[in-house]
Amino acid sequence: MEDFETIIGLEIHCQLNTKSKMFCGCSTDFRDNEPNTHTCPICLGLPGSMPMINKRAVEYALKVAKALECTIREESEFSRKNYFYPDLNKAYQITQYDKPLAERGKLLIDGDHGEKEVRITRIHLEEDPGRSVHMGTTDRGKYTLVDYNRAGIPLIEIVTEPDIRSPKEARKFLNKLRATLEYLNVFDSEKEGSLRVDANISLKGSERVEVKNISSYKGVEKALTFEVTRQKNLLRRGQPVIRETRHFVEARGVTTSSRSKEEEHDYRYFPEPDLLPLRVASWVDAIELPELPDARRERFRTQYGVSLEHAKTLTGELKLADFYEHVASVDPLLAATWTADYLLGELNYRDFSIDAMSSDLFRELLDLIKADTITDKSAVEILRMILDAVKEGRKPERPYEIVKRLGLAKTSGDQITALIHDVIAEQKAAVDDYYAGKSQALNFLVGQVMKKCRGRADPGYLNKLLREILDKKV
Amino acid sequence: MKTLSFHPDDAVHAFITTIPHVSYGEGPLCGMTVAVKDNISTKGIETTCASRILKGYIPPYDAHVITLLRNAGAAIVGKTNMDEFGMGTTTENSAFGPTYNPLDHSRVPGGSSGGSAAAVAAGLVDCAIGSDTGGSIRCPAAFCGIVGLKPTYGRVSRYGLIAYANSLEQIGPMARDVGTLSRLFSVLAGYDRRDATSVDKPYTHTPCADIKGLKVGVPREFFGEGVNPQVADVVRQAIETLKSLGAQAIPCTIPSMKYALAAYYVTCTSEASSNLARFDGVRYGPPITSMKSWHDAFSDQRKAGFGKEVRRRIMLGTFSLAAGYYGRYYHKAQTARQMVRNDFDRIFKEVDVIAGPTMPDIAFKFGEKSDPLQMYLSDILTVPANLAGVPALSVPCGTVDSMPVGLQLIGRYFEEERIIDAAYAFEQEVA
Repeated sequence: MEDFETIIGLEIHCQLNTKSKMFCGCSTDFRDNEPNTHTCPICLGLPGSMPMINKRAVEYALKVAKALECTIREESEFSRKNYFYPDLNKAYQITQYDKPLAERGKLLIDGDHGEKEVRITRIHLEEDPGRSVHMGTTDRGKYTLVDYNRAGIPLIEIVTEPDIRSPKEARKFLNKLRATLEYLNVFDSEKEGSLRVDANISLKGSERVEVKNISSYKGVEKALTFEVTRQKNLLRRGQPVIRETRHFVEARGVTTSSRSKEEEHDYRYFPEPDLLPLRVASWVDAIELPELPDARRERFRTQYGVSLEHAKTLTGELKLADFYEHVASVDPLLAATWTADYLLGELNYRDFSIDAMSSDLFRELLDLIKADTITDKSAVEILRMILDAVKEGRKPERPYEIVKRLGLAKTSGDQITALIHDVIAEQKAAVDDYYAGKSQALNFLVGQVMKKCRGRADPGYLNKLLREILDKKV
Repeated sequence: MKTLSFHPDDAVHAFITTIPHVSYGEGPLCGMTVAVKDNISTKGIETTCASRILKGYIPPYDAHVITLLRNAGAAIVGKTNMDEFGMGTTTENSAFGPTYNPLDHSRVPGGSSGGSAAAVAAGLVDCAIGSDTGGSIRCPAAFCGIVGLKPTYGRVSRYGLIAYANSLEQIGPMARDVGTLSRLFSVLAGYDRRDATSVDKPYTHTPCADIKGLKVGVPREFFGEGVNPQVADVVRQAIETLKSLGAQAIPCTIPSMKYALAAYYVTCTSEASSNLARFDGVRYGPPITSMKSWHDAFSDQRKAGFGKEVRRRIMLGTFSLAAGYYGRYYHKAQTARQMVRNDFDRIFKEVDVIAGPTMPDIAFKFGEKSDPLQMYLSDILTVPANLAGVPALSVPCGTVDSMPVGLQLIGRYFEEERIIDAAYAFEQEVA
């Protein structure tokens, strides 16, 4: 079967986590509030109200532009994007069109074939519309409710060049972008709907399809994988790919065609007459960037001596990197292994973020491992007990307490020697087999000793000791 | 707080809403009755823009100028009639019926701030505020024989003014005499952080009648084709009066005027098509009762709610902004606009103020201008000041057929003081 090269470009909308909205003073933190309670004449678009630019939102966007190494326009311009929709309060969205805030940047990602650069076309600022809540099914719903709490939340739109070559790379790009935004402290990835993605995807030589409405990180890879398969299947059957806009239906993991009259827009862009051009020259230099993921990764390598893979994993998320640095002083390599390999695995299994684990408890656990007080097996057991307690909403027990309560401290050398002698006395047949040269008999005897000490012996040490005792007997 | 009762004998239909019991406080305008054009938001008072689509809309906030007026002790006594959303030159385009010219009820009061002008001219109030996008303060001031000022763009906050064409319009004062107009303007002018286009230029001037040495530019185009010769004569005499007071008249030309009307109508209709799109029936106007899709319901609502002239201008503006036409219309209009600005910049290097007629004719008879294009042409002398953003006022300077003629005085950016002085000097001389 012929191989089609996949070409993907992304348009990402991110909500900036400013305290107030893009063009008014309303609070952006409406998560626990009733609909339409975080509104004023400006974000409701009441006749006569006028927008005021939130300087903080511009600063946040400039941070992103700098981090993505964009060229920042000294003078950018806000425009109106005109279209009718019930949740669009003014029937236009204030956005940036032909003079965006920043252009021509790049982001390095871990691509399918090593590190690669994805070019950023542009970054611009805009306002979020309100939110429609359809009561009943979309097709036959009796009515739709509109909530303007979201109207006016500051957004940045980041557009990439078509440099991404697979759905997996798209996910990698988003992960890296999210990490960068989090490091800049301009974005809260846990807020529902804080990131929305539209993707342009084509197979080389065929028409381009736009997939809209992807609202989760996992959804991007899923939607694009579906779309690649769909387009490949069309081409294999000798059918053309039609240039169109499709919607991602998250629940079913499919994209559906959405060619309706209402989708055919002429947005009639023109400069927003109520705002002056945005001149940022005097601010740009004052904006300082914090340490970004790549820099932190390199620092982890040199400062802690961790492996490249561990450094990548640990710096891939701001909170995880902070967590690691909090526990690294116990033993940087031990901490890296236990955080990146064991802890992350247990967290992923439970669909937990790093927030679920207290770094103080984890330090204590690392102390116990480092002091050789417990075995790795016991450590994993303790880790699971802590996370299970979190899952059930209980206060987790401290690792020291768990060790004490369950007697998980490693069994001492004398105790093990005594247990070995017991087992040799009890398992005559196996001992004979060992002397007859059957090596698996040793494993059996190790297992018997482990059983007696309930796994609290170090397997390597036990193996060595058992062999010594048996060999001495000859 | 003091109160007054307001029960005007509104034979000219100047008001859409009157407030029978008005309270007011202390301040420079203490107890002065002020009528407010119905496109300026007033908290708790219905604000309709003379449109069916906003019937019943009660703003939850005051426009910045309303706050300023209240703080100055003014008594806001009512909301005045206008052309729907400011779109007109006669106040005939009101959903609530026309306003009559107090001097001759068979004639229009001018527009679009016709209600405000008529209320002042009929003596129903001490003064009024209007808004001027292409002449909407100066035209009715001229037709009704009062004084009206369109300030420099940015000198008065537009916050709360229901926009017709944001880049062109300003709120301004209207009064029977220059002194009152000046007092009112000193309250209105100043910076407001809520209007990003506002400029920190307060007005604290007291009119002064000494205009010796004032250089008055007289543009040839203001006395050319389309201007009633009798009106031109009255205005020429007024300029002679200014000369007799020590001013110097200097002929000049504004070549860009031939593009001005087109640039104006493309710009204002484009902005209006966007501004008025929010009136879709979801938040304003009678509730949608049909079970049609939202798209069709919006269409029905807008067709029923907007008057004919508003619909015409929305169509024009939508077309001008459409993909493929933007460059030919909206963008080109902005280029023409820059040419008008350049002309004013050039002329104002030579002269202090520009003088000419406000309107090419006296107040029309009702129905006289039935062709929209004929109507649009009558804005030719007022739109250049809006396109450039410079201040301009109209002061009564005589009559033709017993109807008043307005002398238009145009000034440099933020030099309202000079045109107010010139108007004051003229007014004192002819009084």
